[in-house]
Amino acid sequence: MSAVVKITRRRFLEVTAGTGAGLWLGVHLPGRAEAAEPAGFEPNAWLRIDPAGTVTVFLARSEMGQGSYTGMAVLVAEELEADWTKIRVVQADADKRFGTMSTGGSSSVRRSFEPLRQAGAAAREMLVSAAARRWGVDRGACRAQQGEVAHAPSGRRLGYGALTLAAAKEAVPKDPPLKDPKEWRLIGRKVPRLDAPDKTTGRARFGIDVRVPGQRFAVVARPPVQGGKVKGFDAARAKRVAGVRAVVEVPSGVAVVADSTFAAIQGREALGATFDPGPNGALDMALVSKLLAEAKPEPVRSEGDVEKALAAAARKVEATYELPFLAHATMEPMNCTAHVRGGSAELWVPTQAPTWAQGAVAKAFGLPEEKVKLHVTFLGGGFGRRALPDFAVEAAQVSKAAGEPVQVLWTREDDVRHDHYRPAGRNELWAGLSNDGKLLAWHHRVRTFSIGQQLFGTPRRGDRPDVVEGAATTTYVAGALRVDAAIPEIGLPLGWWRSVYSSQNAFAEECFVDEVALAAGKDPLAFRLEILAASSRLRGALELAAAKAGWGTAPPAGRARGIACHSSFGSHVAEVAEVSVEKGRVRVHRVVAAVDCGVALNPDSVEHQIEGAIVYGLSAALRGEITVSKGAVVQGNFDDYEPLRMNEMPAVEVHLVPSREAPGGLGEPGLPPIAPAVANALFALTGKRLRRLPLGRV
Amino acid sequence: MAPLTLIVNGKSHAVEVAPETPLLWVLRDTLGLTGTKFGCGIAQCGACTVLVDGEAVRSCQLPAREAAGHRIVTIEGLSAKGDHPLQQAWVAEQVPQCGYCQSGQILAAAALLSRKPRPTDADIDDAMAGVLCRCGTYNRIRRAIHRVAKGGAT
Repeated sequence: MSAVVKITRRRFLEVTAGTGAGLWLGVHLPGRAEAAEPAGFEPNAWLRIDPAGTVTVFLARSEMGQGSYTGMAVLVAEELEADWTKIRVVQADADKRFGTMSTGGSSSVRRSFEPLRQAGAAAREMLVSAAARRWGVDRGACRAQQGEVAHAPSGRRLGYGALTLAAAKEAVPKDPPLKDPKEWRLIGRKVPRLDAPDKTTGRARFGIDVRVPGQRFAVVARPPVQGGKVKGFDAARAKRVAGVRAVVEVPSGVAVVADSTFAAIQGREALGATFDPGPNGALDMALVSKLLAEAKPEPVRSEGDVEKALAAAARKVEATYELPFLAHATMEPMNCTAHVRGGSAELWVPTQAPTWAQGAVAKAFGLPEEKVKLHVTFLGGGFGRRALPDFAVEAAQVSKAAGEPVQVLWTREDDVRHDHYRPAGRNELWAGLSNDGKLLAWHHRVRTFSIGQQLFGTPRRGDRPDVVEGAATTTYVAGALRVDAAIPEIGLPLGWWRSVYSSQNAFAEECFVDEVALAAGKDPLAFRLEILAASSRLRGALELAAAKAGWGTAPPAGRARGIACHSSFGSHVAEVAEVSVEKGRVRVHRVVAAVDCGVALNPDSVEHQIEGAIVYGLSAALRGEITVSKGAVVQGNFDDYEPLRMNEMPAVEVHLVPSREAPGGLGEPGLPPIAPAVANALFALTGKRLRRLPLGRV
Repeated sequence: MAPLTLIVNGKSHAVEVAPETPLLWVLRDTLGLTGTKFGCGIAQCGACTVLVDGEAVRSCQLPAREAAGHRIVTIEGLSAKGDHPLQQAWVAEQVPQCGYCQSGQILAAAALLSRKPRPTDADIDDAMAGVLCRCGTYNRIRRAIHRVAKGGAT
């Protein structure tokens, strides 16, 4: 744990003023972006207990399916000894007082595990003190349980609601005692999701469902090529479509504003907008390959002399893997509702990064940030796409130009063709083996585009370029090891896609390990265990997945198994895939996953996230591919960018490696092993090594 | 334009829309029934599934004029209190993640069960393959449907 976290934790809790009576506690959750202790106390989560005994947790995390609403509430309720039926979660608006509000990097539970429990514990201690004071008894004889404080010797009890005003006057304990994990009632249990009922009745409000008085609906005609310009359009023709109210130009294109989404879509067709391609009009896949091939590699990690070790090796293995661009294709396409008036703006945004969107809108209009009120809705999937502020800024610009509250909806084609794509890349690997199959040399060269370079002007994240995440972090041990990166630039928007560079680098690394094991004449599981660092937590995951999958036993007729493992975002996952090929179509029948995520906050949620990562990763592995022609993205909808469907869904088993380590992330770590596990299984089945994604027909 | 009469969730609505407007947008933008979702607009994802005379229909492809006079049920009208056996089973199996596709999933499942009260896995594949989920809830959807078929919603 870093010093920064220790410093900020020293003053993580304070009683804060809020609107409404009751006990309010502010909590400071440490974030990645913090470089120093905040100047004052800046809570980024609030806990309130009102006189009715309702416990409200105000959260700065976005709920995009990963279950953070429920998980965050569990952390508070566990230590608070709250009555779970009286817990409410309220989504916080974008607010600088929350620090950087960002939901990404599988970080919600990881960053909140201690602070939110401590907040619950502090409130509990204050309620107990208040009760003891009121009764004039020794506080040591009082106990909090199920939303009440009880005094056993006298049999007296008081609900939290009755105590909350008095508790607010108690001092906040500096270091409230946390429960022994053996006494946890909620952590580690299958606590039902708080958002499940609303998500089965149509009541859950996503960004696309926002309706404000006087709201119009709009779609935008955007240049198909990044950096392109609008050349011409026929506004009069668009306005002849019934229901179309206005045609306005915004920096991203031409917006058609109408009484309904359908009228806006029809108006856009009538608009007949034409575009100049601009500087990126020549981009195509041949040029992408050339850019990747010609970039100059720079060293990132080097241990020992790889060249020498390779030259001296009895056997040398060498392979190149190719990965495509990918779109996110969240089920809810990008959208945002905005109302910009003179000196202020109000937005309703399904966003993973509320304060980034708020800042970007403020900057676009030259407004102070506090003049941009930004409400966060449910997100119909995020996967990294909704971290970007582009769709919020654009909607605000359309609203300003139209002079009305407007919901800008991206059609599926807009969403797929104007995404921030998972970079395409090429991974080159070399390994050297001794006569008896020991790994003497390992060299991994990552050739891909840097998201950091494009968005922030530098590929560096910490002491390494972003692109080597999952490659430079390998826990395989070789006599000599080198990782380097070749990073060209490209005129196509790039972004974070579930598990980011681990989605690329784990495919290459884990397929290559199988190729090296074959050259060494060793079983893929045994070889991994042989070359993994003794301390690697992947060992336990591999052994558990292998045991549960029946590794080493004969698979059902016509099927074969493949194994892969990867550590990312603080968790360690191994997966065994069982596959067959039916008339050239890859069929994945069963995936057995073993996960070491430290303490599992909610095993049901772990299963959800691992299943989700597997489906998302399989969709990409089997047929996910975005291509570019004349600078424009070719694919546009689910007919040519088709996710996995129910009839293709494998059985998934998720097993937990028992652990008392601090919680790891879960949104992403289940993804990286699936593509290599399937490719390795296909090799076991067919003897053919597939080194390019998507695997397609075989 | 002459108003069309749509019977949605047992209630009759006179709506003034261009008759070729897909039912999806009438539900969402005119009637404010936002439980029915837009996902693709080309009948590939099933997020917009509603029941029309008991059949699962892609509302993004059904012009309002063709829906007029038929019994339309959306997620808001599947049950009065959100306690239809499928909704209960969805909660019992903890199906939703992001939740965006689940209206379409539940209505597709409702049409399946009214046709085949004890569906096989193959029946479920046939009926449900048209409704996409990106979060990974397929296996739980299957369990929830079986749960209802076995008579144990909760």
